[in-house]
Amino acid sequence: MNNNEIIPWFILLNPLITAVLILFVFRKNHGTAATVSTMSAFFGLVGSLCAFTLAPTHTLVLWIDIPGLQIPIGVQLDHLSQVMLLVVTGIGFLVHLYSTVYMEHDESKARFFGHLSLFMFSMLGIVLADNFAMMFIFWELVGVSSYLLIGHWFTRDAAGKAANKAFMMNRIGDFGFMLGILMLWSTAGTVTFKGLEAATGTLTTNPMFLTAAILLVFCGAMGKSAQFPLHTWLPDAMEGPTPVSALIHAATMVAAGVFMLARIAFLIGLSPAAALIIAWIGAITSILAALMATQQDDIKRILAYSTLSQLGYMVMAIGLAPDPSGGPAMFHLFTHAFFKALLFLGAGAVIHALHHEQDIWKMGGLSKHMPKTTVTFAIGTAALTGFPLLAGFWSKDSILAAASEKSTPLYIIGLCVAVLTAFYMTRLFVVAFLGKPRTEAAHHGHDCPARMTVPLLILAVLSVIAGFVPEKWFFSAHQHFHWNIAIPATIAFAVGTAIAFKIYSGKDKDPIRVSAFRNKFYLDEIYGAIVAGTQDVLAYIANAVDSLISGIVRLAGMAAWGVGFLFRLLQFGNVQGYSFVFGLGVVGLIWFVVFK
Amino acid sequence: MTLTLNHYLLVSGLLFSIGFAGVLLRRNIIIIFMCLELMLNAANLSLVAFSRFNVGADGLPNFNAQVLTFFIITVAAAEVAVGLAIIVALYRARQTTHVEDITTLKF
Amino acid sequence: MNPILFYLFSILMLGFGIAVVANRNPVASAMSLVVSFFCLAALYVGLDAYFLASIQVVVYAGAVMVLFLFIIMLLDLKAEQRRKFNKLAIGGGALVALAFAAQLVGVLGSHPRGDKPFPELKLPVGESLNDLQHVGETLFSLHTLPFQVIGVLILVATIGVIVISKRELK
Repeated sequence: MNNNEIIPWFILLNPLITAVLILFVFRKNHGTAATVSTMSAFFGLVGSLCAFTLAPTHTLVLWIDIPGLQIPIGVQLDHLSQVMLLVVTGIGFLVHLYSTVYMEHDESKARFFGHLSLFMFSMLGIVLADNFAMMFIFWELVGVSSYLLIGHWFTRDAAGKAANKAFMMNRIGDFGFMLGILMLWSTAGTVTFKGLEAATGTLTTNPMFLTAAILLVFCGAMGKSAQFPLHTWLPDAMEGPTPVSALIHAATMVAAGVFMLARIAFLIGLSPAAALIIAWIGAITSILAALMATQQDDIKRILAYSTLSQLGYMVMAIGLAPDPSGGPAMFHLFTHAFFKALLFLGAGAVIHALHHEQDIWKMGGLSKHMPKTTVTFAIGTAALTGFPLLAGFWSKDSILAAASEKSTPLYIIGLCVAVLTAFYMTRLFVVAFLGKPRTEAAHHGHDCPARMTVPLLILAVLSVIAGFVPEKWFFSAHQHFHWNIAIPATIAFAVGTAIAFKIYSGKDKDPIRVSAFRNKFYLDEIYGAIVAGTQDVLAYIANAVDSLISGIVRLAGMAAWGVGFLFRLLQFGNVQGYSFVFGLGVVGLIWFVVFK
Repeated sequence: MTLTLNHYLLVSGLLFSIGFAGVLLRRNIIIIFMCLELMLNAANLSLVAFSRFNVGADGLPNFNAQVLTFFIITVAAAEVAVGLAIIVALYRARQTTHVEDITTLKF
Repeated sequence: MNPILFYLFSILMLGFGIAVVANRNPVASAMSLVVSFFCLAALYVGLDAYFLASIQVVVYAGAVMVLFLFIIMLLDLKAEQRRKFNKLAIGGGALVALAFAAQLVGVLGSHPRGDKPFPELKLPVGESLNDLQHVGETLFSLHTLPFQVIGVLILVATIGVIVISKRELK
């Protein structure tokens, strides 16, 4: 093995070894665990930087080799995974660094860092996987490790429930994912991405089948990337520690779905119907989540819905422009990772400073006491809302450009979401950071230690410059700058921001109340009702079947009892009576055998 | 007048019938037990008669039948021992040897 | 066998058999049974089964009868009280027994194979039948396994009797 081949394996196995080391050796050794985990994340980042300069490689070990099914464990280092590695390890390292402070006084810090490393390992496995089977395994590992991290404070009831919800919602999607993989395998006879790419001829012979297979695979992405209607777990996942939220939202879990879709973009390109459905689901998620975000009070929840909305954007972009190099979707994922991580870590800093106060209406005036946090948070907000020349501006423009080319309704939805994004982010910023402090805790806000603010500063810088990466990182064709897209987008940003300033500046209470938005369109309640209703119906049917069966069983029992009752009348208990009957029988038998 | 096999079989059968009648008619369980012995011996008698009737090529009776009779006698002796022990236990429990008083084996 | 002896012992045996059934007193029944068995042993002798005849006397007339008498004594059984007879039961029982006997006669009458005299035994000149030896040879050559099983049976019966007769039987 030369360097080219050994570095991807190192990147992949490094967090696994760390996780094992921490979970089995340093369980009680909290300080060591944090250091080891952070060092390992740093090495991962260095490895990814090295890997970025390497030529694409592909090394594999054959894992399952039976006729008709060959599943290798392979690492595929190509353009897509190189960029994604940078995002995952980069954000991952910063989150690790930040967590060393944020989780400083946690009782089970070692467990936290062990799970964090496991999470990194799972995500890197997805990024580097060269086939669906391997990707599915790591896909599930992401599910498990996210379960562990969301439920880190498992003594809190809400955390346990949120972890369960995330895991189950993901399982629903994963079931479709698995079916999709099996369908693709049954047609193409292979599960490797290269093999599928080579078998496009076979796959396109039955377009309906291919569309169904792609949509089923997309179900997996719907679960992981929290697309409507499987999105409800993501806001609840805020019960986890804030660094975990940052990691889930920016770099690892939800990005996995988008990354997977980018990985199979060549397949989506083969089925226009599937691409259209994917784009629409993305658009619906995007607009619904943006509407819900406008009415949330919890700082982390606003960010969570914002993530949902941006993920919808990315998925829509995949459907609109399936580009094997990633396209606008991966570009947006890339830029979004930085400013969303920045926003979450900033929110974490605020929460940390205010002793776990998350309601934005109980904050206010933080800009005076926490200048560094405020400035970085403002940069993150600007980048997310599409302030011209910042990261979000470029990636959002590329998505809107793709939308305007393909479909006008989607373009309009995209612009609406842009307005709403500007609106709710400005609302958050105005209410939480400007104006006067509304509670005692908000008076005593302070900037956090350097290990927490340094990641913020780094991310702020990246949020500014991330839009200027060479276009060949994400696009296979040359992109033009469209004034006719950039101007409406900027207007959308300006409108949203201006309205929010106008409405929320100097307010102590939310002047608008839209209960449908506030209550997430009652989707949780609807799901609850559907599940309960289905359960009731199923229980009713099961009960009917059960009573039918037990009726039959009881009937058999009654029959046996009745016959027994009849026959026991014959048992008169007199021995001589028995022998009399016996003798009668013998006489009858002899008569029958001999004389008849 | 010579004796034939049928003479013995008839006597054996009559003895068996007497025993059977005793089992059916008597109420005292010990008498019933004696009648059972009568029936066993009736069977033995016909076996011995068969043994004597089926003389083999060597001009001797068929001793297999006599061995069978021997077994029956042995088993009957064991049976009497066990049966009488049961009767004693029964008498201890119920203070009776009348079968009409022993009717718990019924609905 | 002398037919006269056969008839004599047969009638005696059947008569005492009836006496077993008919006697009210259990002791009288038991004594009738002994006589009946003695007559049976005599019939065995008439059939050249000397060994079985002696076994009959020793086991039945000896051991079994003693057991019966012991039990009668132990339970202190008096003559049966005159009870109200169930005429239907008596009649039915007698009818079944009679039907059985009638069938027997019918079978014997309709099958002439048994209506032949007993063949003569061919014995070496000057020797009588050594049936004990022959029974023994047959028993220990052809029927060894049943013989041993019988041994086990007797053991089991012995143990069973001990267990059943224990006073503390619960």
